[in-house]
Amino acid sequence: MKRLTMAVLAVLFVYPIVWSGWSSVRLGDAFSLDSYRKLANYGEGVGTYLTNTVVLVVLTVAGTLVVATFAGYAFARFRFPGRGLLFVLILAILMVPYPTILIPLYVLLGWLGLQDSLIGLALVMIMLQLPFAVFMMRNAFESVPRTLDEAAMIDGCNSFSALTRVLLPAVLPGLVTVGLFAFLASWNDYVAPLILISSNDRFTLPVAVVNMRLHNFGAVDYPTMQAGVVFMALPCLVIFLALQRYYVRGFMSGALRG
Amino acid sequence: MSNTLGVRPAPARTLIRPRPRRRLPGLVGFAYAAPAAVIVGLFFLLPLGLVVWMSLNKWPLLAPPTFNAPDNYLQIAENELVLDAVVFTLKYTAVVTVLLFAVSFGLALLVQDRRRGVGFFRGAFFLPAAVGWATATLLFFGLLSDQIGPLNGILEWLGLIDAPVSWTAGDPDVAFGSTVVLVIWRWAGFNMLILLTGLQSIPTEIYEAARADGASRTYIFRRITLPLMRPTIALVLCLMVTGSMLGFEQFYILTRGGPGSSTTSVVMVIVREAFVRFNLGSAAAMSVLVLLALVALNALQLAFIRRRS
Repeated sequence: MKRLTMAVLAVLFVYPIVWSGWSSVRLGDAFSLDSYRKLANYGEGVGTYLTNTVVLVVLTVAGTLVVATFAGYAFARFRFPGRGLLFVLILAILMVPYPTILIPLYVLLGWLGLQDSLIGLALVMIMLQLPFAVFMMRNAFESVPRTLDEAAMIDGCNSFSALTRVLLPAVLPGLVTVGLFAFLASWNDYVAPLILISSNDRFTLPVAVVNMRLHNFGAVDYPTMQAGVVFMALPCLVIFLALQRYYVRGFMSGALRG
Repeated sequence: MSNTLGVRPAPARTLIRPRPRRRLPGLVGFAYAAPAAVIVGLFFLLPLGLVVWMSLNKWPLLAPPTFNAPDNYLQIAENELVLDAVVFTLKYTAVVTVLLFAVSFGLALLVQDRRRGVGFFRGAFFLPAAVGWATATLLFFGLLSDQIGPLNGILEWLGLIDAPVSWTAGDPDVAFGSTVVLVIWRWAGFNMLILLTGLQSIPTEIYEAARADGASRTYIFRRITLPLMRPTIALVLCLMVTGSMLGFEQFYILTRGGPGSSTTSVVMVIVREAFVRFNLGSAAAMSVLVLLALVALNALQLAFIRRRS
């Protein structure tokens, strides 16, 4: 009975995803890649939107990893003025709903000359990742025995080379989790790019594909839209299936104590 | 310092070297934390101050701002769209929190034991949560459409409806229901996973002892599982309430706030005020109020958890 319930529910949960893939390759009653051909030429060309998204993802993931690694190392291994205050401020980012600070961020990025810019957007995405990422990396560094970096320093390392040569390999699982969550956030986010990016040729994939629904003149091209959905969902699904372990690690440590 | 001798130390393989960490521990730690401090200061604290300042000014998108406090706040009370959106968002939050929690907890209980094949079902329930939120919303828009969506066909074949139903733009209650179903489909697995980690942190010895004492399954659930799950349940409810109060994509993309403005949420009104009506000051005032409300709500919930545990 329990098995049957689970099976029925599993079908309900998985069916929409399978349907999306199926409907994106159908034209009437026949198999067709027509919708993907239309997607390739949609707007500025899907290549432009993909490039923008990849630029945003690379900047966000790299930036989050660098900033969170240094900050996690600082919090786990050093005492410095303002240490407690900074940690509380980083966690406070979680308390503030991010749609409400996007409007001042829009003005602020304009002042900094980063209006309508993927770099500005990436900086905002990095800020949003910091609470989870710094918390994760601090715990990762704390779980490495101090004797490891002390031994490295006796062997002639300074604090920086001890970090890069000895500690980084030890915190690799934490880095993968942080990178994974930064990837998912920047690949998928819709609201921040919607507000902070205004030129069509700088749109990311979610904004561009959602525009098929919002800015259609009369009729929505449903199959092409589903091709866009599949195009955005597929990398996430593949990564989920490949890196489940790191997903769960993120939930266990990041979410529960936050 | 070795430089006082005028000789630089050999770059590597020197056994005894001065350790900068010992000399300036404060500065070294601060240097490593500096990039995070700059990001937090520039992109978090500064905007927080700026949103308050903006809310005290008439701030058009393209012209210089002028101080007009407290007009932006007074105008909110007169704006019927805002009041309707607040009522709608609260109603939506109540419905979603109850239903989503029931489904998520049910799923977590279904997949909590480690029997063969349970891992597969966990993965299946979580699968929608692996897809981005805007992507999932767009997927649902196609699924519910009359053009390519299968739903009307299936329901007609089952004899449940006579004519195709417009799931996102016909009846306001139907459109509302569609957003609720979408949210449950996309977020149940996510919340299930958090609840599951809570369930699994309860030591099995406690269950075994209770069973040995002859406790019934309902008794065990009410007297052991629920009390020990309290912190996890509080966290999940906190996430659900915050997420629903800030709901945007499910309305902006799936129903476009309609039919009429029946599914227009608070965040949608803020975005429209800023980027359709170009009133950044008034949008900032609404943001400040939402921010205060949610921070107060979160603080209240945190205090509640602390007191109980």
